[in-house]
Amino acid sequence: QVEQVKLLDRFSTSNKSLTGTLYLTATHLLFIDSSQRETWILHHHIAAVEKLPLTTSGCPLVIQCKNFRIVHFVVPRERDCHDIYNSLLQLSRTAKYEELYAFSYNPKQNESEQVKGWQLIDLAEEYKRMGVPNAYWQLSDANRDYKICETYPRELYVPRTASKPIIVGSSKFRSKGRFPVLSYYHKNKEAAICRCSQPLSGFSARCLEDEHMLQAISKANPSNRYMYVMDTRPKLNAMANRAAGKGYENEDNYSNIRFQFVGIENIHVMRSSLQKLLEVSGTRGLSVNDFLSGLENSGWLRHVKAVLDAAVFLAKAIAVESASVLVHCSDGWDRTSQVCSLGALLLDSYYRTIKGFMVLIEKDWISFGHKFSDRCCQLDGDPKEISPVFTQFLESVWNLTEQFPQAFEYNEAFLLQIHEHVHSCQFGNFLGNCQKEREELKLKEKTYSLWPFLLAEQKKYQNPLYNPDFSPELTLLEPNTVSFNFKFWRNMYHQFDRSMHPRQSMFNLIMNTSQQNKQLEEDIKELEAKIKQRNGQLDVVLVKEQEQTAHPAPLALKTPPCFQKEQPPMPVNDAVRTIEGSNTADNRYSELVSEFSKAEPAVVSLEYGVARMTC
Amino acid sequence: MEFAELIKTPRADNVALHRPFHPAVEGTLCLTGHHLIFSSRRQDNAEELWLLHSNIDSIEKRFVGSLGTIVIKCKDLRIIQLDIPGMEECLNIASSIEALSTLDSVTLMYPFFYRPMFEVLEDGWSSFLLEQEFELLSSVTNEWRLSCVNKEFSVCPSYPPVVIVPKCIDDEALRKVALFRHGGRFPVLTYYHKKNGMAMMRSSQPLTGTNGRRCKEDEKLVNATLRSGRRGFVIDTRPLNVAQQARAKGGGFEQEVHYPQWRRIHKYIERFNILQESFIKLVEACNDQSHNMDRWLSKLEASNWLTHIKELLTAACLAAQCIDREGASVLVHGSEGTDSTLQVTSLAQIILDPRCRTIRGFEALVVREWLQAGHPFQQRCAQSAYSNSKQKWEAPVFLLFLECVWQIHRQFPCSFEFNEQFLIMLFEHTYASQFGTFLGNNENERAKLKLPQKTMSLWSWVNRPEELSRFQNPLYEANSLVIWPSVAPQSLQLWEGVFLRWNRPSKFLDEAEEERIHIIKYNKELQAKVNALRRQLAEMETDEEVQEE
Repeated sequence: QVEQVKLLDRFSTSNKSLTGTLYLTATHLLFIDSSQRETWILHHHIAAVEKLPLTTSGCPLVIQCKNFRIVHFVVPRERDCHDIYNSLLQLSRTAKYEELYAFSYNPKQNESEQVKGWQLIDLAEEYKRMGVPNAYWQLSDANRDYKICETYPRELYVPRTASKPIIVGSSKFRSKGRFPVLSYYHKNKEAAICRCSQPLSGFSARCLEDEHMLQAISKANPSNRYMYVMDTRPKLNAMANRAAGKGYENEDNYSNIRFQFVGIENIHVMRSSLQKLLEVSGTRGLSVNDFLSGLENSGWLRHVKAVLDAAVFLAKAIAVESASVLVHCSDGWDRTSQVCSLGALLLDSYYRTIKGFMVLIEKDWISFGHKFSDRCCQLDGDPKEISPVFTQFLESVWNLTEQFPQAFEYNEAFLLQIHEHVHSCQFGNFLGNCQKEREELKLKEKTYSLWPFLLAEQKKYQNPLYNPDFSPELTLLEPNTVSFNFKFWRNMYHQFDRSMHPRQSMFNLIMNTSQQNKQLEEDIKELEAKIKQRNGQLDVVLVKEQEQTAHPAPLALKTPPCFQKEQPPMPVNDAVRTIEGSNTADNRYSELVSEFSKAEPAVVSLEYGVARMTC
Repeated sequence: MEFAELIKTPRADNVALHRPFHPAVEGTLCLTGHHLIFSSRRQDNAEELWLLHSNIDSIEKRFVGSLGTIVIKCKDLRIIQLDIPGMEECLNIASSIEALSTLDSVTLMYPFFYRPMFEVLEDGWSSFLLEQEFELLSSVTNEWRLSCVNKEFSVCPSYPPVVIVPKCIDDEALRKVALFRHGGRFPVLTYYHKKNGMAMMRSSQPLTGTNGRRCKEDEKLVNATLRSGRRGFVIDTRPLNVAQQARAKGGGFEQEVHYPQWRRIHKYIERFNILQESFIKLVEACNDQSHNMDRWLSKLEASNWLTHIKELLTAACLAAQCIDREGASVLVHGSEGTDSTLQVTSLAQIILDPRCRTIRGFEALVVREWLQAGHPFQQRCAQSAYSNSKQKWEAPVFLLFLECVWQIHRQFPCSFEFNEQFLIMLFEHTYASQFGTFLGNNENERAKLKLPQKTMSLWSWVNRPEELSRFQNPLYEANSLVIWPSVAPQSLQLWEGVFLRWNRPSKFLDEAEEERIHIIKYNKELQAKVNALRRQLAEMETDEEVQEE
C-alpha cells in the first residue's frame, strides 16, 4: 500500500491528476482516488511496466495493459516506486499455469454448476446442427488419443472415403501433423470448409495419401467437382517455406483443385503492426495528419481488410459456386482460424447470435489449437510468439457489425468482454495452447468456463437493433470491403481513455430504451389484467390493494429516457465476477454535470497553451 | 433572354440513366429552363428524377459510335450518367445543360421562378429579425443597444441595416471605427453569455498599416465590453506572420500598447481558397473505390480536410473557453471577417448556447452569423468539388462549419433538436435551391434583388410541421450545459452522410436508423399507455373507496 500516489490523465498536458492510494493484492493492483473511485487492474492484464526518470513530483510508473489500458502513476518516493515496480514485474509474469488466476478464482458455484457450465458449449451438438455426420462425412476416431496430431481435438470429421491410412499418410505430409479436416459444413450447398497446415512439399515432394485426402474432400461435395485450396499467406512467404521442406500444393499433383494465395501477413508482421498503431494512437497532442499517416504506416487496417477479404472469398466460393474450400497457412492455427471462422460467420447466421459466436470461438479457435497461451503471453515465454491474431478477428467482426447493424444479436460490448477475458486468465477456456494441454491441466475440474457467465448477463451484450429475420438461415452476408469502410476501432484501443469518447452514447440510450420497452410491455399486460379483474369483481379486491399500489412505478414515469441515467459507454464488467474495469469507465455520463463544472477540457487547454505562447 | 433559345433539343427518348448502386433505368429525358427531368415509362418501375440545373457542377460527354454519354457531376457530390442515342441530340443536350447550369444573372435563377405548392404559414424572411434577438438580450442586460447606423448600407456594405453595439458608443463613433476596420466591419456583438455576462464580438482586421495607426473610438468600443479590471482576448484567425504582413497592405492587428487590456491569440484557420483545394481532394479520394488501404489513407491525409476540421473546432473551443472558463470577453477577427471569423463565432455559440442546438435556434444562428453577417454565399457556393474552371472565390466555408456541427453532434447525439439530415439539407440548399435564402452575398445585395418580395424563403418551407418532422432528432433531450467536444484525431470522423453518400449502398444503415427511431417512438407510446392505464386503475380504486364508504 502506497499513499499519495497520483494518477495522471494519459492525454492531458495540463498535469491534471487524481491523488489516491495504491494497493497491491495477490491478483490485482488497486487504486482508490480521493473521491473513492476504484481502478482495478488484473496482474495478468499487465503487458509491460516501465519506470520513467525521477521528476520533481515523484517517480513516474507507466503500466501498459493487454486490454490497451495505459495508466500513468506518479509515486512520491522512489523506493516505493521501485518496490511496486519489482512486485508488479514478478506478479505479472507467471511461470506455471497453476499460478494463473483461473486456478484460484472462485465464483461461488457448486460442482454441478461448474460441470454444467463446461457443458454449455457442445461441439458434437454443433456438428450435428451443421448436418454431419451424413452420407459424405463421418466422425473419425483416428485422433482419439491425440496420436496423429497433438494440437487437434480428439473428435475430427473427415470424408467417409478417407480411410485411416490416408489420414495417417496425409498427416505425415502436413506440418505438425495437421491434416485436412472439416471445419464447417454448409448443408444447403453441400460444400465444406476444411482446414489443415501447409504440406511438406518442399520443391518437389509428393504424397499420394495427401492427394487422396484432397480428392476425398472434393468428392464429398456432390454439387461441385472442383475445390479451392486457399493458402492464406503471401505467395513470397509460401515460396520461402519451400526451402525449409514445407510449401504449398502443386496444382499439377492434385486433381480438380484451384489454388489461391490470399496474402495475409504472418504473426510477426501483425505484432509489429499493432505495436506501431498503439504508438501512434498513444501520442499526446497528435495531429490529424500524424494520426492518418501513422495509421497508414502501421498497416493495421490493411491487414484487417486482407483478413476480411479472404473470408469474403471463402464465403463466396461456398455460397455462389457451391465449391468446397480447404484453408491453410503455415501451421494452420492463426490465419487459418481467422479465415475459417469469419467465413462461417458470413455464411451462417447462427454464428451471429450470442450462443453461436461462443460456439464458433470454441470450434475454430479453442478446439483447433489456436495457441492462446503463447499468443496472449499467459505465461512468461517467448515474446516472438505473441501476436494479436485473435484481436484482429474480433476487429473484423466489429467491422461487420458496423456494416450490418441489424444482423448481429451481440453488440460491441460482447466483443470487448471476450477480448478482456482472453487475456484475463480468469476462466479456463483460453488457457493453454491446445485441447490436449487443457485436459492435462484438468481445467474442467479446476477452473470455470467463461460462457455461462456471459450468458447470464447477456442483457448487456444484446444488440437492441438485432433483427433475427435480417438474414434467413444460411444466406450470405456480403460486406463491402472498399477501404473507406474500415475504421479505427476507438472503443477497443481507447476503451479506457474517456476523453476520446462521445459524451453521450446513442448506443446506450437505444439499448436502455429497448430494455425499458420490454419492461413497459409487461407493465401494460399487468395493468390490463388488473383492470379486467376489477371490472369482473369490483368489491373483492380490497385486500390486495396495498400490494398493488405498492407496486413500484416503472422508472420510465419519473424520468424520461435520457443519457443522465445511462450506463457507461463501455462495457463494464460485472463487479462480482471481474473486478477489473468495474469502476473506471463507470458513471461517466451520469457525471456529465460534475465533469463540466470541473477544470477545463484537457484537449482544448493544450491548444490554448500553444496559442498563448504565440501571443 | 428566353430559356427556349438555349434548349435546342428539349426531349430525348430511350435514354438510359446510370447511378451507382442502382440498376440502369431507361426513360425519357426532358430539359426545361431550370430542370433536367428524367422519367422512366415502365409501369412497374415508374420513377422521376428532377435535377436543378444550378445543382450541376460539371458535365463530361463522350461518344461510342452514335451513342453519346453524358456524365453529370452535381454540387451535392452525386454523379449520374445518361446514355443518349443520337450524336446530335446528345451534343445539343450537353450544350444546353452547360449553358443553363452556368447562367450568370442571379435573376434568372430558379428561386425567381419557383411557385410553391404549399401554403405559407410563416414567412421565413421575417422569422429571424435582429430586433427579436435584441429583445431577448434586453431582458438580461442593458449594456447594449441596437444601432441603425448602417440603415442605408453606407457605413459597412456587408453588414445588415441594424447591429448590436455597446450602449455607450454612439453612431458617430461607429462611423469612425468603421473607417478603421477592413470593409467597414466594426466590432459588433455576436453572443452574450448570460452565465457570466461576457460578450463575444466580431469584426474585420484593424487598418493599422505600417505606421501603427490607431483609432481611439475603436479602442473605446472594444474596451466597453470589458468589466473593470478584467482582460479580454482577441482571437486572430491568422498566424502572427500573416497578420504582420497584412500591415504592409494597410491591414494589421491590435497592438498591445493601444489595447493594453487585451491579449491577442493567433489561432490559424486556413483561408478559403485552401479549403476549396482540400474539398476537391477529399471528394476525389472518396470517389475512387479502387484505392487500396494505404492509398486511401494517404489520400485522406493529403486532403487535409480533417486537419481543417480539427483546427476549426479547436479555435471555436478556445473562444468558448475564454468566455466560459476564463470569464473574459472575446473579439474574433481574421482579415475580412466574413469567413473564418464567422466559423469561429458560430461554432462557439453551438458549444456555449443550448438555444443554438434547437432547430429554430440553429436557423436563427445561420441567419444571424452567416446571412446577415455577410458571408458571401453566392461567391463561395458558385461551384462545388467537381468544377473544372479555375476557382476564384469558391470555398466550402459553410460546409466546413456544418461538418464541425456534425462532429459535435456525433459526440453529443442527444443534445441537438435536429438530425444529420437537417445539416445535409442546408448543405444542399447553399449550393442549389428553389429558395432565395442563400442568393446574394450580403443583406445589401439581397435588398437590391428584392429577394423577400420575389422569392420564397427556405425557412418558410423548412418550418412547416410536415417538413420539420423529417429533421427532428428523436433522441433530443434539452441540455442546458456547455458541451465541450473532443478534438483528438481519434474522435473525429469522416462525414459519411455527405462524402460517402453516393459511394456506397446505405440500405442497411438506413434500416438500422429507422429501427432506432422506432424504438424511441415505441417507448413514448408505451409510456403513454402505461400512464393511461395507471390512471384508469387509480380512478377505479377511488370509485371503490367511495362505494366502500
